[in-house]
Amino acid sequence: MDGIESTLEELYTQYPETVKKNRKKHLIVKSVAEESCPQIEANTRTIPGIISQRGCAYAGCKGVVVGPIKDMLTITHGPVGCGYYSWGARRNKARADATTPKDKIYGQMCFTTDMQEPDIVFGGEKKLAKMIDEVVAAFHPRAINICATCPIGLIGDDLNAVAKAAQERHGIQVLAYNCEGYKGVSQSAGHHIANNNIMQNIVGTGTGKKPGRHVINILGEYNIGGDGWEQERILNDCGYTVNCVLTGDSSYLDIKNLHLADLNLVMCHRSINYIAEMMNTKYGIPWLKINFIGVEATNQSLRQMAKCFNDPELEKRTEEVIARETARIEPVLEQYRKICRGRKAFAFVGGSRSHHYQHLLKDLGMEVVVAGYEFAHRDDYEGRQVIPTIKSDADSKNIPELHLKPDEKLYKENHEYLNMTKEQFEALKKEVPLDYYEGMYPDMKTGDIMIDDCNHYELEELVNKLKPDIVFTGVRDKYIAEKMGVPAKQMHSYDYAGPYAGYDGAINFARDVAHALSTPAWKLIVPPWERKEEPEEKSQDGVTNA
Amino acid sequence: MKRQVAIYGKGGIGKSTTTQNTVAALAEAGKKIMVVGCDPKADSTRLLLHGLCQKTVLDTLRDEGDDIELDAILKPGFKNTMCVESGGPEPGVGCAGRGIITSINLLESLGAYTDDLNYVFYDVLGDVVCGGFAMPIREGKAQEIYIVASGELMALYAANNISKGIQKYATNGKVRLGGIICNSRKVDNERPLLEAFAKELGSQLIYFVPRDNLVQRAEINKKTVIDFDPTSNQANEYRNLAKAIDENKMFVIPKPMTQDRLEELMMQHGFMDAIS
Repeated sequence: MDGIESTLEELYTQYPETVKKNRKKHLIVKSVAEESCPQIEANTRTIPGIISQRGCAYAGCKGVVVGPIKDMLTITHGPVGCGYYSWGARRNKARADATTPKDKIYGQMCFTTDMQEPDIVFGGEKKLAKMIDEVVAAFHPRAINICATCPIGLIGDDLNAVAKAAQERHGIQVLAYNCEGYKGVSQSAGHHIANNNIMQNIVGTGTGKKPGRHVINILGEYNIGGDGWEQERILNDCGYTVNCVLTGDSSYLDIKNLHLADLNLVMCHRSINYIAEMMNTKYGIPWLKINFIGVEATNQSLRQMAKCFNDPELEKRTEEVIARETARIEPVLEQYRKICRGRKAFAFVGGSRSHHYQHLLKDLGMEVVVAGYEFAHRDDYEGRQVIPTIKSDADSKNIPELHLKPDEKLYKENHEYLNMTKEQFEALKKEVPLDYYEGMYPDMKTGDIMIDDCNHYELEELVNKLKPDIVFTGVRDKYIAEKMGVPAKQMHSYDYAGPYAGYDGAINFARDVAHALSTPAWKLIVPPWERKEEPEEKSQDGVTNA
Repeated sequence: MKRQVAIYGKGGIGKSTTTQNTVAALAEAGKKIMVVGCDPKADSTRLLLHGLCQKTVLDTLRDEGDDIELDAILKPGFKNTMCVESGGPEPGVGCAGRGIITSINLLESLGAYTDDLNYVFYDVLGDVVCGGFAMPIREGKAQEIYIVASGELMALYAANNISKGIQKYATNGKVRLGGIICNSRKVDNERPLLEAFAKELGSQLIYFVPRDNLVQRAEINKKTVIDFDPTSNQANEYRNLAKAIDENKMFVIPKPMTQDRLEELMMQHGFMDAIS
């Protein structure tokens, strides 16, 4: 314990006093003495000059939440870079199905107004309207998203007016997202903006309930590398009907019917809890925080879900699936455990993954000693009970908060959705944490470090001091670890791998981690400036390498 | 060595009129001048060109891409003054400030700033509200600024604010305040108030242009006073203003005052003297 504290003190010594004061609030060491999580500062501005790993509101809105909706054509309104560099980078897979043919899937394409200097000067509204007309003529999409980039807010293009006019012109829904990159302190603002618009304008507009005894949604699953498909496979096996996965491989048609489900599962709490909560308020649909990353976590999630429906047949089938799948993958995992067991990891990704993957790493016998999020809020660390105490600031007030009322026609009580009496529901709530997320803290061990908005310097220092065997990172910081000779896995889009969710995913993950741990490639590379002596070998053209 | 002059001042104070009449007087005296209108309304060269007959830099850029000939945007006006309008978006859309930056950069790259010019005049709209409107006072552009003001409180507020903009750029560059031009509104004690105001800024009241309805009549005829009625008294006033600018030696980094001090000054000269 003292060791960790002094390690952190040493780390802070490089900071000026004000920076130190700020950063100390973002770093928490778990202690036995404190039963509940001490307050961690999160979702506040990064100090200018610090190399943060955060993204922007546009990235959160377009890149994370609305981009994966497969049959909505998403236009990035702005100069070409924002659209181009967010094109396909998240690896949200999508495929055709009974209601969405191949030619209605746009994920492979990139749509942007490519604003030029005259468009900035004269305004980009006309260009945007023209582009909408063109894409409607060329692709006949079911609906269109328009995502704003920074300059749009500065020059004041009225996206909503353009969207409204286009909607009337073409008779399809055109949604405008004012998700200019500079809004909020990180991509988290963009998630909220996207949630609000989807909830207000798409959810509840459909009427086609899917047949099935237990109809569920998976919220906050983005089907990276096919994660969502593995989850659907398992859930179908257990006897559920998956109504919609929001938003991985989702369709606009399915999102319209999002309210026609009995239970919402929440995978990524950070990016989608707004919709889960709003659906609870408006329709009375309860939500359950689940985690399909990790064998034990998946099993536990399935068991908790089964309990929710008061259906012995469902519970029986769930146990059968768990037994069958576990038996199938255990021997394979055991092989990888031989390499992984006892190894030390850092997990620093996103707003939920650093918690989810702790479970899978535990399955492999590994321990996570430092974990943190780029853009989470306090509740993702400390649990949702702290939400009423979170102080809103100028940045969070900048994002509109919707205050919905129960729907006059569609609202039902929680227990009615789950086909049980009110008493049974109350009893269930004691057993299964409905409408609740406990955060990362309870799953961490004494002496572990929880770190918010970790920066380049801190990551370097912690790697140097705590010597992890592998670092799980976001998009940019993986190179920090690799340059230090430590293997890193990029958990934002899994580089080129996956799925990592569910049972099949656990095997993929175990294999990739075992490979990384047993391949000392990064340690073998000596950069030229660290070479002690001139290398003797000559290259093929006879020139000495220096 | 050409002198680059920018005229600033509160909206509606008479910048364009004053600029064009001054330019007309200088042109009459044989100077070679380019006028760059930095107002999206594109009316800074109307009197010199006898009407808005000019396609703006930004319109041309939008319609024809980057392949623009200088002739297409630079038109000769009264006494061969070269006139160009930056142009810009309609009210309420786009970014006029960015437009000014774009068009001045384009003028430079097209070689509009020829060596035979004695003067370049920039007529810039309103207050220095954003970086774009400060473009003419940045490094390498206008070195001398004249602020058109009157004895009205709002005109002096604006003049003081513009001085803040000049001060900011002056510390890193060569831009200086050349003086305050009073375009009279016939308010009480206007001249002493403007003199005191200019002095407080560390500058001078370079000229006091009296009010004359002739200016209005000339404008309706799309002409400067010098063009419309060259023998009139008002034409001579503008000639004197042009002369004062031509012979000006006083270029300072202005010392803008606090709001309180400005109001104090108003009370002292604008009202107290009037009462007593």
